[in-house]
Amino acid sequence: MTTPRPETLAKLTPVLTKRWLSPDAWQLRTYERLDGYAALRKALKAHPDDLIQLVKDSGLRGRGGAGFPTGLKWGFIPQGDGKPHYLVVNADEGEPGTCKDLPLMTHDPHSLVEGVIIASYAIRANRAYIYIRGEAVHAARRLRHAVDEAYARGYLGRNILGSGFDLDLVVHSGAGAYICGEETALLDSLEGFRGQPRLRPPFPATHGLYACPTVVNNVGTIASVPYIVLGGADWWKTMGTEKSSGPMIYSLSGRIANPGQYECSMGVTLRELIELAGGMKPGHNLRFWTPGGSSTPLLTADHLDVPLDFEGVAAAGSILGTTATQIFSDQDCPVYATYRWLEFYHHESCGKCTPCREGNYWMVRVYRRILAGQGTHEDLDTLLDTCDNVLGRAFCGLGDGATSPVTSSLKYFKQDYLDYIEGRKTPRLSEKTLVGAH
Amino acid sequence: MGFSDETRERAREIIARYPADRSRSALLPLLHLVQSEEGYVSPAGVEFCAEVLGLNKAQVGAVATFYTMYKRRPTGDYLVSVCTNTMCNVLGGQEVYDTVAEYLGVGHEETTADGKITLEHAECLAACDYGPVLTVNYDFFDGVDPAGAVKIVDELRAGGRPTPSRGARLCTLREMSVQLAGFADSREGAVADGVPGEPTLRGLRLAEQHGISVPGFDPNTPIRSKDAPAPATPAKAAPTGSTAPDVKAPDAKSPEVRAAETRQPDAKTPAPDSPGTRVPVDGTAPAPRDAQAAEAAGVAENAPAGDGKPAGDSSEAQERSLDEASASARSELASPAVASEKEAQQ
Repeated sequence: MTTPRPETLAKLTPVLTKRWLSPDAWQLRTYERLDGYAALRKALKAHPDDLIQLVKDSGLRGRGGAGFPTGLKWGFIPQGDGKPHYLVVNADEGEPGTCKDLPLMTHDPHSLVEGVIIASYAIRANRAYIYIRGEAVHAARRLRHAVDEAYARGYLGRNILGSGFDLDLVVHSGAGAYICGEETALLDSLEGFRGQPRLRPPFPATHGLYACPTVVNNVGTIASVPYIVLGGADWWKTMGTEKSSGPMIYSLSGRIANPGQYECSMGVTLRELIELAGGMKPGHNLRFWTPGGSSTPLLTADHLDVPLDFEGVAAAGSILGTTATQIFSDQDCPVYATYRWLEFYHHESCGKCTPCREGNYWMVRVYRRILAGQGTHEDLDTLLDTCDNVLGRAFCGLGDGATSPVTSSLKYFKQDYLDYIEGRKTPRLSEKTLVGAH
Repeated sequence: MGFSDETRERAREIIARYPADRSRSALLPLLHLVQSEEGYVSPAGVEFCAEVLGLNKAQVGAVATFYTMYKRRPTGDYLVSVCTNTMCNVLGGQEVYDTVAEYLGVGHEETTADGKITLEHAECLAACDYGPVLTVNYDFFDGVDPAGAVKIVDELRAGGRPTPSRGARLCTLREMSVQLAGFADSREGAVADGVPGEPTLRGLRLAEQHGISVPGFDPNTPIRSKDAPAPATPAKAAPTGSTAPDVKAPDAKSPEVRAAETRQPDAKTPAPDSPGTRVPVDGTAPAPRDAQAAEAAGVAENAPAGDGKPAGDSSEAQERSLDEASASARSELASPAVASEKEAQQ
């Protein structure tokens, strides 16, 4: 393994992750020693509107995939409307490839709790919820412990630190539904219903949880807030690019020497990330990768120098998403990878809308046929046609996301499909899997 | 079956976490709770949730069957979930699953005859940097291979409790369900169990090794008050290349951009009740008591969700028109259309 060059190492910006090195940072006393709750004390002395302005000035954009400006979202909450406001943290991490929020909540849960208190104060919410993925028991255990500690120390509850501000925070475990990462499905789930997306408008900013003004933010977004409060907007903008400010946790997995979490300045390239990760695994050459989870169109070795910020990835025809960089090599088959992702979307489609429910069901079957060596040339048209009928016509982003690997793999790797269809590649699936298929 | 007093007491605690008239929010934790007593969500469990929340069984059943983690058949002491989503799959997760399934002689969501292990293949478990992974009662075993996985299930069947790679020592699925219902881990020191794995710390170690830190961080940077100059307008997403080039679009925008604009509107997106049309009111923040009064007023104004409907979908208007319709149908002044409809019904 070669040492990365100094200019590549300089892209590392340990901010949100830096406390992970302190083994006891999940405990309140260690957290407080490491600047913990200093931002809260500072924020409670400021006017809530000034905090919203500060977050707007910082250029912070949502870390959950869509990259919506956070300060703008907070500013949408109507003030003085006589309704209760809510803050809901989306901790339902489940996008294939994504693994940045769970370590944050496990090793530094108080930073999320502190961010929740500051954000709730800014939007004038007296109740907040953290909706955490059910399977994430290790993170939930630490988070619940942190919330109990925060109550005991007076950071939560009535009259927080003598400011007159009250806040109750509940950690709510989900029950294994990817769709609940979609913000309106999450709200329905939190209200005790099946997690299915809602029609928008109205948006959660006016009709969210219990039909009241609600901000839904990702874990990484909220955990960034204390740092912005302490260091200021200008400091935050020294990292990242003009339109995508700040540090970002890039999750590298797959065929590289050292998979893991690398917090870098936004706009780092895959070439640099692979260098940080010690290069590709011996014997593997980069073939395709996802910039931000399986719902973002695949990119190839031609895109090694694309800056991984919201604009750069969009210009390359994909989406930054959750910066879950899954790296595949020449030993991996893009057709099979896409098939497995589609099995996932088919399983996780909530069934509310026809394009997503039926589209994914049938596309899985077409893929099985192709991978079993029974595909036809017409199948490729069927796949593209199906994607056209899902993208933009599905009720929510889940259906849109499902088409990403299909259309992008067909765009870059059509030859692989043809190799299965024309019998040049050994079938990956046995014909047994085709029972009942048409 | 009757549920224990302890479960009933816990149910009361769960319901108390949510606003008084929004008790339905307690349904997901309650379903985890009944699973902690019975090992699965049984018809009795559904009935219990319905009873304590004042719902009917169909409403509870509809929710219980939607979520993967609510099991509908009795489970073993240990739920072994093997990730077979793309990344773990290509790294060997599929072989792990196939080997364990064959070794135990059970398939997806089936339980061994001794009642020890329920097996399932799972979708992405959010630990791709540790792949391929499996979990036992949702605690992680990282970088497993077929032989290692067989060793884990062997130890579980022999009554042992192998130590997970991260997270806390193992407990049974029923004990885990109590935590999922929102209760603290009651085992002495279990919260402290487990240290971060190397992949989690890799970027940090690299930075530490080379003395890299983020410069210019001053915790005393003042927060500007609102007389400060206005900020720049937020960035608008740049257009992306289309991945479906053969379709004629209604406008020049790529489908991704069109979909993104609908899903994630910014301040300029025209929408009749766009929240952006309202500007935050300048002024002092409401005092906490006002906020509580506001919460009470808001709660009073927004009736809790009714049957199968998300909160906020007020059915009042609909009911009113239904009432009016039936009233006019009864009245002698019924319009011919209504009259003929009445005849048709008769």
